Amino acid sequence: MFTLFGIGFTAPWLLLGLVALPILWILLRAIPPAPIRRRFPGVALLLGLTDDEQQSDRTPWWLLLIRTLAVAAVILGFAGPVLNPQEDRTGSGSLLVLMDGTWADARDWARRVDRAEAALAEAARDGRTAALVSLTDRPQGDLPFQAAESWAARLPSVDPKPWAASEDEIAAWAEGLEGGFETFWLSDGLEHPWRADLLAALEERGEVTVFESPRPVYGLRPARFEDGEIRLSALRARTGDAAQAVVTAHGLDPNGVERELARADVAFEADASEAELALSLPPELRNRITRFQVEGVRSAGAVSLTDDALRRREVALISGLENREELQLLSPTHYLEQALEPTADLIDGSLEDILLANPDVIVMADIARVTETEADEIEGWVEDGGLLVRFAGPRLASSDVSRDAEDPLMPVRLRAGGRTVGGAMSWGEPKTLRPFSEASPFYGLPVPEEVRVTAQVMAQPDPQLAERVIASLEDGTPLVTRKRMGEGQVVLFHVTANADWSSLPLSGLFVRMLERLAISSRPMQPSAEDLAGTVWVPDAVLSAFGQVDEAGQLPGVPGEALAEATPGPETPPGLYAGQDRRIALNVISAETMLSPTAWPDRIPVEGLEVLRETALKGWFLTAALVLLAADILASLWLAGRLTGPRAGAAAAVALALVAGVPQPGAAQDDPAIEELALEATTEVVLAHVLTGDAEVDRVAEAGLRGLSQTLFARTSIEPADPIGVDLETDELAFFPFLYWPISPDQPIPSQEAYARLNEYLRTGGMILFDTRDADVAGFGASSPEGRKLQQLARPLDIPPLEPIPEDHVLTRTFYLLQDFPGRHASRDVWVEAAPPDAARAEGMPFRNLNDNVTPVVIGGNDWASAWAVDDSGNRMFPVGRGYAGERQREIAYRFGVNLMMHVFTGNYKSDQVHVPALLDRLGQ
Amino acid sequence: MSDPALLRAGAEGLAGPLPPLLADAQHLAQTVLLGQHGRRRAGAGDEFWQYRSAMPGDEARSIDWRRSGRSDAHFVREKEWQAAQSVLVWVDNAMSMSFSSSKELPSKGDRARLLAMAIAILLIRGGERVGLSGYGLPPRTGEVQLLRLAAALSDAEEAPDYGTPEARGMMPRSRALFVSDFLHDIDGVEAALTKAADRGIKGAVLQVLDPQEEAFPFDGRTIFESMGGSLRHETLKAGELRDRYLQRLAERKAHLQSLCRTTGWQFYCHHTGESATAALLWLYRALEHDH
Repeated sequence: MFTLFGIGFTAPWLLLGLVALPILWILLRAIPPAPIRRRFPGVALLLGLTDDEQQSDRTPWWLLLIRTLAVAAVILGFAGPVLNPQEDRTGSGSLLVLMDGTWADARDWARRVDRAEAALAEAARDGRTAALVSLTDRPQGDLPFQAAESWAARLPSVDPKPWAASEDEIAAWAEGLEGGFETFWLSDGLEHPWRADLLAALEERGEVTVFESPRPVYGLRPARFEDGEIRLSALRARTGDAAQAVVTAHGLDPNGVERELARADVAFEADASEAELALSLPPELRNRITRFQVEGVRSAGAVSLTDDALRRREVALISGLENREELQLLSPTHYLEQALEPTADLIDGSLEDILLANPDVIVMADIARVTETEADEIEGWVEDGGLLVRFAGPRLASSDVSRDAEDPLMPVRLRAGGRTVGGAMSWGEPKTLRPFSEASPFYGLPVPEEVRVTAQVMAQPDPQLAERVIASLEDGTPLVTRKRMGEGQVVLFHVTANADWSSLPLSGLFVRMLERLAISSRPMQPSAEDLAGTVWVPDAVLSAFGQVDEAGQLPGVPGEALAEATPGPETPPGLYAGQDRRIALNVISAETMLSPTAWPDRIPVEGLEVLRETALKGWFLTAALVLLAADILASLWLAGRLTGPRAGAAAAVALALVAGVPQPGAAQDDPAIEELALEATTEVVLAHVLTGDAEVDRVAEAGLRGLSQTLFARTSIEPADPIGVDLETDELAFFPFLYWPISPDQPIPSQEAYARLNEYLRTGGMILFDTRDADVAGFGASSPEGRKLQQLARPLDIPPLEPIPEDHVLTRTFYLLQDFPGRHASRDVWVEAAPPDAARAEGMPFRNLNDNVTPVVIGGNDWASAWAVDDSGNRMFPVGRGYAGERQREIAYRFGVNLMMHVFTGNYKSDQVHVPALLDRLGQ
Repeated sequence: MSDPALLRAGAEGLAGPLPPLLADAQHLAQTVLLGQHGRRRAGAGDEFWQYRSAMPGDEARSIDWRRSGRSDAHFVREKEWQAAQSVLVWVDNAMSMSFSSSKELPSKGDRARLLAMAIAILLIRGGERVGLSGYGLPPRTGEVQLLRLAAALSDAEEAPDYGTPEARGMMPRSRALFVSDFLHDIDGVEAALTKAADRGIKGAVLQVLDPQEEAFPFDGRTIFESMGGSLRHETLKAGELRDRYLQRLAERKAHLQSLCRTTGWQFYCHHTGESATAALLWLYRALEHDH
């Protein structure tokens, strides 16, 4: 490739064209711009005038320069300039592009893919075959050497995996390598146990080049809960200078939206590969955390999912009467407290207070009866996912709870009295436990021999009993029964919570049983023994990029395997759900150390920052186009076509050439909306619905203006100028009152507008519908407006209506009225119907009416016309005739005032019914 | 008998060009509130002037019996003397008048014809006689004359690049109106005006110009051509000519103004970009009064 000033040219002979530039200069210089022909009658006056100078004969030098540069740019562009031309890499034969494909790769995966693409493109140019292999996703059989282009096309489908390949697999794969090839290894920057062996195997085949990103690798170990604090340790692979990282905790907020719950800085000291962080969070917040993350690092290693280990359950313990005389060891809850204290937050208090705190578990030790309301509340709490654990005891045994019919808070019916085995007064030996069945949540727990049960309450045989038993004695009598209720469950231990009836609370089995029931949390990483016999299904999996995804249909994992699993194809890192518990399998476990790669000196290692070839052809051609556009503008300007007549079109064309890019639409928040909000909320404003009929809208506005003025003059309501409201676009919540004149041809509002109207009506807005036809029609469907009103109001959420009753509060909110005329004086005005049971208060002329504002008032009296005033304050329409007419207008105004008072003060006047009673009570 | 169909086709063809010009002109003329311009003395006319006592020699039929019945003396009802003036209109129909600088503006010729027609309507309603000079249409009064005027004005015929006022056929002591752009040879105008002044004719000169002719918004290398192409001027820098062109235009206007002053005529320069009403008002005032 021909190189000039660091720029290579693919077609250098085209540069010879540059020689022609001086000739072009001379040619262009000689040709003046073409004249414009203009028809102009004034030419008669021009005859005989001569030009002062002849300079315009020649094209100005700067225009020449623009044109010459444009031509030069075209020539250079077609000569194929390339920035940073790459010298061909020496090499022949096949090329293996090897990627580690681990989670550590994910932090700059896009750049790795770019680098691999560059390597493949290079190979393609040299006509070499290539193979692309990700070590976490190795192809079966021989290395798939193919044309490099086909690999470049498949590159986007290669993904890193959130685990690293195991040593055995890599060793086996390295064994199987055959033939000679050059290797281009994109390393993830972490030392893996197999790396040295694989390097040796590859070097046998050919040259090895390594590329490594200088970006730091961060990891986050699982969070531990110690001494009331969450402890986290962050890791980094390459030690060096002191560094700072930010760890964030994420989880669902009370609204169910995932957000950042906490953040803290973690500081790496110089030469330290590990940094500790202690977070002290309130339990409510702590229990919400679902994962920790090193901020700004897209890698599974920088994410640590949390599981039950971090979650401290809130357990409420309730026992029967506190027997202070008894020894502490006989206390019904002593063993429970001992078992739960290290792993759960215990709550005590009255049942009412406890239910308010919404604990995870309520343990009731030997409590027979709760009050009915408490029982209801507990039932609701269980159905919402609570776990109610009950222990039997003498009180339960002697009560008749769940005797005849199953108590909702008991899993089974009980037989009277219970039984005692192996005591002084009974036959038989104390009973041991039977091994747990597979359906039981305790399946897999070893049953200690020494556990003996001497007394228990007995379950009544029932059809459902078998499926509710989760633990039983060796003779088959149920020991623990469970019933699912809604999302929660009720569990009954048929023995006491202390050692009175059995030795179960003394054994380690008791603690594990509590753990399996998710009453207590698992303290640390569970052992295989703990998880024996359980099956765990992936609930959420972690991608290599640190993203938490739905697990989909992944097979379950046996608990034993999970306890010792490291992330791999069989056990992808993520959250595994058992029956009631969840275990997180993280990429980085508590013991993982990150260490950087150590390549032998003979291996060339490059960073990812490689100067890439950049073809400059496009840039040069663009520059040429820009210059030519500038030339067009300049020529037009010189020829007087930019300033003269009909310059508009020329300028528009030129601008279109230059600008090219359309202006981005200014789809910002509409300031008009804000303006309306301000206008409507800074002062009280009456509003009318815009019907689209200009005359109706004008009258409505004038009417409300007149009413506003009347209100201003007579009452303490001082409204500003009325506003017309477009139902489709405007927010209605600002307006206490809407006047809606009906015209037969107004459009039906959209569904969204109706939704907002209904919301408006429900939240206390009022609409005055006015069909304006009371002069020709009685209220009803007999007029076009009436039919239109029916159409308009059908989707509205309007309560039952009645003609305004004599004692309606509208008749007395400000003025005492019985008629509600507008321009017409019909008596058909409808409001929300009073409830049928409204009764007349003792000694009052009014009924005790419904205690809210009627959402609609419907009539046809054309009130707006009666109220309407023009800009100079004159009445716009005549009402009636003579004095009677003016009286009618006055009453119309009074109706408006009453209506507004009703809107703004609600049923305040109606409530005055109660004044005598109040006075009576006050002893006046 | 002529064929009714032929007659109708001919009538429609004749009436075709009339309505737009006539309607526009009527419309424009309505904006001017008309006042009869009587002679302020008794004479032949329609309007009541005064009652005077009957004198010997008055014909008996001239006595106004209704007035006389209210008193003992006899009265004669006198009417105001209303003399009809002849106004001759010359509208330049040269090709230079067909220029308009933009689509929104009417051409100078259209505006000139509209103004001439409107003033003719006003004058004829005022009882004057209006005719066209140079078109062979002698001054007459009446609505029919309006139709004739409209027909004559709308008649497009082959015309030279620039026009010269016609002063032939003017009756002494009548009045005249010359409408043109007066951009070409001033000598013809001078000659016509002098000739008219010699006969005691007074009148008005209305110069109609396009806004572009006032502004000269040109630049760069340009070849200017007259509308007919008979005149041609090439310049390399039109912008440099602007000042000198405007100076020449001002000189032309000043020349016309001084010519009018010496001959007792009135001069007004109207631009097609402006409202026609202003020009019409000026015209009406200039032609209505005796000077």
